[in-house]
Amino acid sequence: MSQVERHSYDVVVVGAGGAGLRAVIEARQRGLRVAVVCKSLFGKAHTVMAEGGCAASMGNANSNDNWQVHFRDTMRGGKFLNNWRMAELHAREAPDRVWELETYGALFDRTEDGRISQRNFGGHTYPRLAHVGDRTGLELIRTMQQKIVSLQQEDFAETGDYEARIKVFAEVTITELVKDDGRIAGAFGYYRETGRFVLFEAPAVVLATGGIGKSFKVTSNSWEYTGDGHALAMRAGATLINMEFVQFHPTGMVWPPSVKGILVTEGVRGDGGVLKNSEGKRFMFEYVPEVFKGQYAETEEEADRWYTDQENNRRTPDLLPRDEVARAINSEVKAGRGSPHGGVYLDIASRLPAEEIKKRLPSMYHQFKELADVDITAEPMEVGPTCHYVMGGIEVDPDTAAASVPGLFAAGECSGGMHGSNRLGGNSLSDLLVFGRRAGLGAASYVESLESRPTVSQSDVDAAAEMALSPFDPPAEGVEENPYTLQNELQQSMNDLVGIIRKSEEIERALEKLAEIRSRIRNVTVEGHRQFNPGWHLAIDLRNMLMVSECVARAALIRTESRGGHTRDDHPGLDAQWRNKLLVCSAKDDDPVVPGVEVTPKEQLPMRQDLIELFELPELEKYYTEDELGSHPGRTA
Amino acid sequence: MSYKAKFKIWRGDDQTGELHDYLIEVNEGEVVLDIIHRLQATHAPDLAVRWNCKAGKCGSCSAEINGRPKLLCMTRMSTFTEDEVITVTPLRAFPVIRDLVTDVSFNYKKAREIPSFTPPPGLGPGEYRMKQVDVERSQEFRKCIECFLCQDTCHVIRDHEENKESFAGPRFLMRIAELEMHPLDSADRVREAQDEHGLGYCNITKCCTEVCPEGIKITDNALIPMKERVADRKYDPIVWLGSKLFKREKA
Ligand code: SF4
Ligand code: SF4
Ligand code: FES
Repeated sequence: MSQVERHSYDVVVVGAGGAGLRAVIEARQRGLRVAVVCKSLFGKAHTVMAEGGCAASMGNANSNDNWQVHFRDTMRGGKFLNNWRMAELHAREAPDRVWELETYGALFDRTEDGRISQRNFGGHTYPRLAHVGDRTGLELIRTMQQKIVSLQQEDFAETGDYEARIKVFAEVTITELVKDDGRIAGAFGYYRETGRFVLFEAPAVVLATGGIGKSFKVTSNSWEYTGDGHALAMRAGATLINMEFVQFHPTGMVWPPSVKGILVTEGVRGDGGVLKNSEGKRFMFEYVPEVFKGQYAETEEEADRWYTDQENNRRTPDLLPRDEVARAINSEVKAGRGSPHGGVYLDIASRLPAEEIKKRLPSMYHQFKELADVDITAEPMEVGPTCHYVMGGIEVDPDTAAASVPGLFAAGECSGGMHGSNRLGGNSLSDLLVFGRRAGLGAASYVESLESRPTVSQSDVDAAAEMALSPFDPPAEGVEENPYTLQNELQQSMNDLVGIIRKSEEIERALEKLAEIRSRIRNVTVEGHRQFNPGWHLAIDLRNMLMVSECVARAALIRTESRGGHTRDDHPGLDAQWRNKLLVCSAKDDDPVVPGVEVTPKEQLPMRQDLIELFELPELEKYYTEDELGSHPGRTA
Repeated sequence: MSYKAKFKIWRGDDQTGELHDYLIEVNEGEVVLDIIHRLQATHAPDLAVRWNCKAGKCGSCSAEINGRPKLLCMTRMSTFTEDEVITVTPLRAFPVIRDLVTDVSFNYKKAREIPSFTPPPGLGPGEYRMKQVDVERSQEFRKCIECFLCQDTCHVIRDHEENKESFAGPRFLMRIAELEMHPLDSADRVREAQDEHGLGYCNITKCCTEVCPEGIKITDNALIPMKERVADRKYDPIVWLGSKLFKREKA
């Protein structure tokens, strides 16, 4: 059998984006030995792509801000389907998590009086996003990467070994979680560089693998986003929730074709940029939905005054939550009022002086200049929706980030619940800090509570190795399949059939296509050898992409309403009966290649009384059923 | 709009390798990384290349194009003529793993040798106050995406393996400058910069600055000011201390 390198740790963190790194820091500070496994080089994770900022109600820019306001904004953004306990913890703890980063060396942009500056963003009542120009994600990841280095330096001073407590395994992909008697016992994977196998024996695994965007053709996500954590968790017996909710960011680049989907930060709109159609009209004023009526400016004049005077004016509808803006752009393009390359215009050039644009949005300036030959200080950008984020993910306990399988934890994008049906911009960086830390704590407490350590059985290791190597063997019968071709077909059908606007026939067609891919995936064959072989890597990732795509499509078919990141053309309205229902995905068999997916509805716990009282009754009536509101003080009074 | 471009791509491993010729389709608006991907999907599925963001933000796709250190994802095909032969090779300063992928672990080792941010005693989380003008200098250096193109191009190590031991390279000398210019950092790394990280090897040729895809003025804003601090320190420690305390006037 294949050679397998073995390591033993207390906690293995899979994924080295923001959530993973924050979990590592916490578990190490609790004195545990931690391995960090990242698919790319250390410090390259997708978090670097986050531009706009990190939401935390520090109240530096507007002292009226506090956690309750942030909580309310988050629940509204998610259309009240969020796990309210997660939204509460997130809103309460985000400021401490941001301040803590300063003690690690982060340098956020400042206010006049030297505090952390905060910017406006869609769906946030007050300027709330801590930021560094438009490269906030890079700052977060670098800061935590450097904090980990500083912890390693402490360990070196103490033990003479930098890696005594934290070791980074870069360019390693985990392909299987291993269990012992129902509990997590470790994780199995391979080094990209050599193709050699590695086994981490550990009683606790934190999944922080990010999203699933690579299942869609037009996406802002990198190749790493193949839903690994989602699929690993399901194969290990955990459940996913909210998979039908996929966020299409309203503003991705649309031209040139090779960069289609690359993100244009919402910060452009936060700083004054406006959306216009081919007739030069600011069309967002026409698209304020019923539930947000009265909360947004109704004239261009009021919207423009709002940037300088937020007390007396309402915000521009360009800053509605992302799902609303994405749908509006989609409608404008469909109505024939799009830009030449099938998007709409995003204009900052006519709104701010060139110097100011370069200063506030340096990477956007750079990105358009280099990739599209467009000078954003002189002409408008062309933008359109791009698959950006999955609200759905591993179902976890809010306080400890524990999944239903003992020893398994999840944080960041691969976990589910926090954002409900739609995430507000800026809430992902804060999410990964808050829940990354909680996952690190949760895993540490779990490990400390164990009386005996689980063990990994050799047969599980052999089976995982055999599975991983299977793409090198030509199929016994049938034609050999090329992984790139299958990936392409999968991305195209998800994009076309389960994209931003959905209907039942189309989703059914997508499911047929996925079933076909499922039968062909067994015949995927790759050339070459095990050293840094991208074809082989893709063949392995493809299994995960297929499994999560099936979750998205199946859940999308069942939810017969439109809410947040799930829009059904055949069921266009919000349906209060659906508000409290979660669609739970789990593996229904143990097909080793790609298990089948089963979806079961489940009710959420009702919101705690003190939290529900933070909302006015008329607002809740837009979302809740009559029965649910019986005990609200507005009703009983 | 599309045409076939002539590429020479280095393929091989840590032992041997050679340039392979490819004729590949190019469409409007594409960058070199698109062409490499097309090659993977058609002729060479096992061609090894690193990339993540395809937007110049992660610094993974570093390689040399016609001998110049570049990001593959930010080099537009329109910068070449249609009959030009485009040669793509791995970074020269680092050992090859396979094809365009090199072993950049040198950089992570160097990063670990630089004393980290040292929080100011007596200030808790949430109590940090800094002026925008004071954070801007370090912020410029924190734009670094760790593509290591500057490390690759710097002649001190590009063809001098023997210097790697004693020279941190522009990226990490800049990291020292970043921490030294952090308004609230309380450590001192000036002497170490010279004695342990090889600041003295740098003869300010500015080649690092020229290749930096983030446009960071590595030499002018980080290396030269660090050299000045070292010189001041040698000359008179009291003057140096003063300059650290009142650095805003100096900036
Ligand atoms: S300026 Fe110094 S660090 Fe930069 S390339 Fe020249 S010698 Fe190297
Ligand atoms: S300083 Fe510039 S060239 Fe050097 S690693 Fe950073 S981004 Fe790359
Ligand atoms: S792929 Fe990220 S910088 Fe090129």
